[in-house]
Parts: sequence; structure tokens; C-alpha cells
Amino acid sequence: MTATAEAPAATEIGKDRRRKEDQRLLTGRTRWTDNLTLPGMLHLAMVRSPHAHATIASIDTSAARNATNVVAVVTGQDIADTQGVMINAWPITPDQKAPAHPPMAVDRVAFAGEVVAVVIARSAAEARDAAELVDVQFDELPAVLDLQEAAKDTVLAHPDLETNKSAFWRFDSAEAGTGGNVDEAIEKARADGIVIEREIDQQRLIPAFMEPRSVVVDPTGEQITIWSSTQIPHIVRFALDATTGVAESKIRVVAPDVGGGFGGKLAVTPEEWITFAVARRVQKPVKYTETRSESLQSAHHGRAQHQRLTLAATKDGRVTGLKVELIADLGAYVALVGGGIPLLGAFMYNAIYKFPAYRFDCQTVFTNKTFTDAYRGAGRPEATYAVERLMDELASKVGVDPLEIRQRNWITHEEFPFTTVAGMTYDSGNYEAATAKAKEMFGYDDLRAEQRQRRDAGDRVQLGIGVSTFTEMCGLAPSRVLGSLDYGAGGWDHAGIRMLATGKVEVVVGVSPHGQGHETAFSQIVADRLGVAFDDVEVLHGDTQISHKGMDTYGSRSLVVGAEAVVRAADKVIEKAKPIAAHLLEANVDDVEFAAGRFGVKGTDQGMGIADVALATFAAHNYPEGIEPNIDAESTYDPVNFSFPHGTHLCAMEVDTETGQTTMRRYVCVDDIGTIINPLIVGGQVHGGLVQGIAQALWEEAVYDESGTLVSGSFVDYLLPTSADTISFETGHTTSPSSYTMLGTKGVGEAGTIASTPAVVNAIVDALRHLGVNDVRMPCTPERVWKAIHSAGSGGATEGAAMPHFDEAEPGQPSTEGAGQ
Amino acid sequence: MTQISLTVDGTQVTDDVEPRMLLVQYLREKLGKTGTVIGCDTSNCGACTVHLDGRSVKSCNVLAVQADGHEVTTIEGLARNGELHPVQEAFRECHGLQCGFCTPGMIMQSVDLLNENPHPTEAEVRVGLEGNLCRCTGYHNIVKSVLYAAEHSGEKAGVQ
Repeated sequence: MTATAEAPAATEIGKDRRRKEDQRLLTGRTRWTDNLTLPGMLHLAMVRSPHAHATIASIDTSAARNATNVVAVVTGQDIADTQGVMINAWPITPDQKAPAHPPMAVDRVAFAGEVVAVVIARSAAEARDAAELVDVQFDELPAVLDLQEAAKDTVLAHPDLETNKSAFWRFDSAEAGTGGNVDEAIEKARADGIVIEREIDQQRLIPAFMEPRSVVVDPTGEQITIWSSTQIPHIVRFALDATTGVAESKIRVVAPDVGGGFGGKLAVTPEEWITFAVARRVQKPVKYTETRSESLQSAHHGRAQHQRLTLAATKDGRVTGLKVELIADLGAYVALVGGGIPLLGAFMYNAIYKFPAYRFDCQTVFTNKTFTDAYRGAGRPEATYAVERLMDELASKVGVDPLEIRQRNWITHEEFPFTTVAGMTYDSGNYEAATAKAKEMFGYDDLRAEQRQRRDAGDRVQLGIGVSTFTEMCGLAPSRVLGSLDYGAGGWDHAGIRMLATGKVEVVVGVSPHGQGHETAFSQIVADRLGVAFDDVEVLHGDTQISHKGMDTYGSRSLVVGAEAVVRAADKVIEKAKPIAAHLLEANVDDVEFAAGRFGVKGTDQGMGIADVALATFAAHNYPEGIEPNIDAESTYDPVNFSFPHGTHLCAMEVDTETGQTTMRRYVCVDDIGTIINPLIVGGQVHGGLVQGIAQALWEEAVYDESGTLVSGSFVDYLLPTSADTISFETGHTTSPSSYTMLGTKGVGEAGTIASTPAVVNAIVDALRHLGVNDVRMPCTPERVWKAIHSAGSGGATEGAAMPHFDEAEPGQPSTEGAGQ
Repeated sequence: MTQISLTVDGTQVTDDVEPRMLLVQYLREKLGKTGTVIGCDTSNCGACTVHLDGRSVKSCNVLAVQADGHEVTTIEGLARNGELHPVQEAFRECHGLQCGFCTPGMIMQSVDLLNENPHPTEAEVRVGLEGNLCRCTGYHNIVKSVLYAAEHSGEKAGVQ
């Protein structure tokens, strides 16, 4: 037996490894879908409806067909029978109403941006030129645009459905046996306690990943190959089979380099389906790459909810009940998981607090706007925003510090595991520790002192401190739970490990990254588990022919679910290698133990490295009878529960009371995400998440005009923050490992986005509370802040969309409308 | 069609192009320089930033014919002899990228910024990168990367 070089100690987990992915990305050696060029490839340009709601009277394609280098023009009628249909994987109730959603409209369009024809040409520019020549005659229909109006059923988004209401879903703690009756709690509080009632608009947001979506379909092989800028190659493959009649085994989906997703590419898209149908029709490779304007207009949007909230508490600020009445805007269709997004928040409104009674009512409605689906956080930011704003209002009513009111109501660390009023069992956490650390980092008491001083002095620029003590649920999801919620698939994930003869290790994962650094983090995990070198591990993903099985990447699940499958596969490799190692070491298998990459015989210095076992297994000259010469292994891991990261975020905002201009001064967050695999990657996830949440608070909104045209349809108008708008953050961690996962991880992808929005708005309101302000509608533009200050001292929320920026009324005129209480 | 001749990443190239062809389209479609990417259609995102005669430009905002007779450097021409440029190295060191789509433009802009101002403050970096959008990093580590490059490579950071 050969003695192996000393195996690396188990130190990779927790190390701030620089990313394996970076060398290519830094030098432009990239494989974005739009980079692909295939022989004879044709290019597509979509013709889209300019109307929010219309029937298609006629389409004249003759001029386009005759344009230079145009190969074909295809309408919805042409491919009505072959194009398939866009699926909804999560009908939230058995009687959910949903219109058929053809990839390309056949006779009617239900939002501006819906595809009505496609031009196929030899170049993208020629296709786009010719698309201008397609003459579509529309007969306009009345459009319903506002979600609250939609709920009244006055104008119908889909007349055939006879209602805009898609589904009503309720969770009631009294019915579920997880808590008391919320109406009784509210009634009691009205008599001798505190009741806070609020209406909050969660404005429509656009995920706005940096890489526009692109899809290439090559139908020339035995398998039809699809490259797509998607988060979910496996689901795309399944859904194509399910809807087009092409067998799954004849479809290969590849997600090459994918430039961000944030839920926006957790989608099966009409454009993918149209491109697939066109490729099958013309039997040539075809490519479609959207423009940014098309992306903003027709890739799914997020949030778009109206919340009516009632919180009941005792006079000393102990919460007794929470009632949530939600209207969620589906847009024109029920997207892949669109209807279910609000339900991901249903279990989170109670957050870290011990509400004894809770009810969540959700009505999903159709409007003639772009359909909505997952956007970073997906349901949980809305819930967290609502409860964290309410807790601040409760603190104000009781007259105590916002942190004090939270402490009075949160689950203490001795109380874990804790089953909440929403029926979730939180396994671990320590809200006291995270809060104490955040307060210290922030210099909380000093900033409060400065705030008092500025108030007393009547400074023009006031200081506000915003608190957000959030939790979320990650690691989507236990399959049985998904089944109980009528979700159409499981929540497991899959991994395989191949031990190569040369000592290298291939790790095949079913999760599909788009910026998260899976190749680095998973290499660290496998390096520790198998005792091999970090650089000897190769992580493969994002191609259904390599990774045949997986549920892809979203919902902070890659590490919490995907990596758990990796760990289990690694353990199986060790178990399979052990009898072979024992055989080679001429020892009893029970006397062989594995540590730090080496199989050793107990009580001796005999042993061999796992790479040597892999080589011996490859040669297969000498191995035990009755087993296969194979130490590769696979694992499918189905989580037993969600994980529950939490944290305390503190934000200091300065507000110019003369102009309404807000400036972020400091942002401190302490997140408990369980065990950290790579602190560098975690830091990046937190920073990016924070800015997306801050952007909802301050800048972003998808704004439609009265005819249903998206007016924030370019990066000129949709205000993605820039480096000049943002600050550097101070991040810290406390660690309570998840007890449900072997690695102890809890997930971090969405934490920053979920936590930061209420921290920012709470800070703005806190800066202005002494002026009578108790709410500012998001995004908190200077105009809205200014109006809140000047609305007759009542602090009512400002009204209207973000644009136009100013009402025609005279500045200074009090807002007569609003949700101020 | 108009004939243009220019130098791209050190190589002399000559092509017939449509007068309306953008420099970024020329780089990607004619030269296969797909390291430079397109992120928007309104010249807001800066993902397509390259250097034209040593100064950063958004290549979606320059016609290919305007580059005739000039020298273009893309992200693919920044590393020399297999050695990353100090700014590329800094982005790796400080985790200044996640999905990597904005990265080519962000790095080309950062190099230009450091050429202009080898020792910027954080505020100067933030203003200097304002024309380049990133959705992943929240800019925190991008800013850190540029400051790291300035600190660790001194006057050389911006030198190509």
C-alpha cells in the first residue's frame, strides 16, 4: 500500500476562498446564451401588443415576409396547435380560476408586451427591422389596471372568466388549532388595548437581472437542445414535455453562464416556448435575445400586493392578534408559481413574535398588466415589511423604543424549538444576541442621543433610526409540505459525485447557479467531506444531460437543500469505498475508518488515500467479490423542514425636511444564517440583497399609465440604484446552526432583501415622527417624503404613482387622501 | 457597407460594416469578442464599456465606423501574458463580482477611473462608476475592489 500525502485538514468550510468562477468572468471568457452562434442560425424578433387588452382583428405579415433576409413570419394562429401552453405549477386552491396562457397570443392580448407574431431572419437587426413591418389590427377592450379595482369586478381582465378573482386562500390559527381567534383578540383590544390598522401598497417591482433573457434552440440533433438564460433548466425541460408533446428524453436544456436572476429567471417564459416552436417549424438553430425594454415590459414582475393589516395588542404593547387581508396582483396570467408567491409570506407575518392569534386572507386577482411571479424574497419581504412597520407603530403608541417593543414580544432563545401561530416550527435562533451585537456595532445609544439633540434644536436635517428584526423561511422545501399546499412538484434536490481515476472529483448538482458561487462553496464542502484538495473538485451543473435530475435554484435553497444532497452523496462514496479499501489493505471492513481523506486500519499505521482507492477501483484488478467496481454515488435529499435565518438590521437615515431628500448614513446588519461555508460569498449575498430591498424603499416602481403602458420601461425610468446612490455596509453574524441540516446552514440569498426595506422606511418615519408623520408610501421619493411632512401635520401617506413627480396642485397643499391613521 | 480598419486588443482588423452597426455589435458579432456584453438599449447600464484610444466609452453608444483608425481595448485584451490586470485581480480578491455580467464594463470603467485618479476616495469611486449598473453586489465590494487596486498597485493600477 502506498502512503498518501498528508490529506488536508477539515478547514475549507468557513474559509474566505476566492471564487473558482472568477477567472473566466474577469477576462470575458464567458458563455452567456447570447454569445452562442451555431451554423445557419436564424434570429427572432418579437412583435408585441402595444395595448393592455385587445382582440386581434387581423395580422398582415406580407411586408415583413418580403423584407431583406426574412425567412418566415409566424403568428399565434400559425402555431396554435404546436406551441404548447404556459403552465401554472401552483394552483393554490382547487377552484382557482386561470385563463389559458398561450405563449403567443392567438386571438386576444391581455397585457401590453404580449407577443402576437415573430419574425425569423438571417440577422437580429433584419428581424427587428421586419418586425416593424408586421401590421396588426387590434380592437381595444377595456383594461383593468389597479388591483383594488380589479377585486370589484367592474372591468374584467379576461371577460370569459366572468371575474377577476382567481383564488381565495386563508390561514386561520383558530381553525388550524395553532392559536386563538383573531377577531376576538381585535375586539378585546378595541375595548381595552391597542389596535393598529394600516393599508400598505407593496409596489410592483421588476427583478431587472443584468443579463437580458436569451434563448437558443437547436433542433438539428436527436435531442432538441435549448440554451436558456434560466434559473430552472430542469423545470423548463419537464414543462416543455408536458405542454408540447416532445418527449422529455428528446429535450436537453442548458443554462450556461446566467447573468443574475433574483427570481426573475425562475420562469418558464413565452419567449422560450415560441423559440422552441419556431425552431421545430424551421428546423434550423434559432436565437432570441430580448432588449432591455422588452425585458422590463414582459419578463415577470414582483411584489404588487395591497395589504390591509390589523394588529391587536395590550396597552403595554404585548401583541395579541394579527389579521392580514391581502389582494395580490397576478397580472394578466397565473405565472409558474405566481399564485403561490403571497403564500410564501403567509407563514411569516407573525415573524419572530409570539402572536397568540393570526389570520391571513389572500385574494389573487387578474389585471391587464405583466404577470407577476417570484422576485427575491417572494412573499416574505411583503410580510416582513408589514409586521416590522406595525411593530414600530406599536412602539410609538406605547411610547417605548422600537427595540424594546420587539423584545417584549419576541421568542427568547430558551424557547426554541418554537411552534408559531402560523404552524411553523423554528428550530434555532437567538434574537437577543443578534440584536445586542447590532446595537453595539451601530452605536445605537449615541445615535439616539444625536437624534434627540437634532430634534430639540429643530435641525433642518433630521435623523431617524430604523429597526428590522426579521426572520424568513428558506430551503424550499419539504416535498410533503409542498404537496399539502397543492404545489405541483417536490422540493428535493439531487447530487452525484464521480471519483475519477486521476484523483479528481466531479460533483454534479441539480441546483443551477447564476452568480451565487456554487462551484466555490460546493468545492469547499466536498474538499472537507472527502479530504481532497479544493482544486481537485470540479462542480458541474446547469445542463440536463450532465445533471439529469434537480429542482434548480431559488428560495435560498442551493446550500440548504442542494448541498445537503452533496454531503450525503459524499458519505455514500466513503461507504462504497470502504470495503474496497479494506480489501486492498487486507483488513476487516469493520477495522477500517475514514478520516481526512484516508482509509486507515484501526490501531495500525496502515492506510490509503481515497484517490488511491478511486484509481484501484478504476483499474478493477483487485476488489472484493460481490460488489461492483464503482465508488461513485448519488443522493436525493428531501428537506425535513424549512430553515429560519434571522437577523437584526439597523439603519440611520437623514431626512432634509425642506426638500424631502433622504440620505442613508449608516446601515448595520447582524444576520444569523447558521453555519457559514464561505464568508466572502455570504458578504456579497448580504450586500446585494440589502440594496435590492433598499431600492424598494427608496427608488423602484413599475409604473403604468392609465392605458396600461409601462412607462418605467427602460433603465432611464426604472430606477435601479447606482454606486453613487448607495453606501458601504457594516455586516456581522451570530451563529445558531440549523438543526435540520447536516451542514447547519440556513440560507442567505434573500435575507438582505427581506430585512432592509422596513429598516429604511422605519428610519424615515422615525426621523419625521415628531412632525406627525406615521407613514410614507414606497418608494419614498423626496416628493412623497415632503408631502408627508406637509400634509397638515397628519402624516398621511402620499398618494399616486411615482410619476409624474409632482401633482398639478400647488406645492404645500395638504394631501386630502391617504392611508394615515 | 463601409470599410473600417482598427486595432482591437492589439490585433489589426478590417471589415465591411453597415454604417448603422454599433461598435458593441461589431465586437460581438463580427469579431466574436463576446466578453463585451449588452445589458440595455438606452446606454444606462455600462455593461458594454470598452476603451477607445485608452478612454472608456460605452460601445453601444459608438458606431463601428467611428472606431475606424482607432484602437479598441476590451476586457479580453486587459490581461497580459496570462497575468490579470491589477484591477481584475482586485475584483477577484475583494469578491467584486457575482454573476459577472456587469463585470467587463465595470472593470473597464474602473481602469479608466484609476487612470484619471490613481488615488480616489470612496466617494470619488462611487461617482466614477455611476454609469455602470450592477444588480448582484450592491456595489459594496466593487467599490472595495477599486480602492484595493488603487492601494495595492499604486500608479500602476490604471496602466494598461
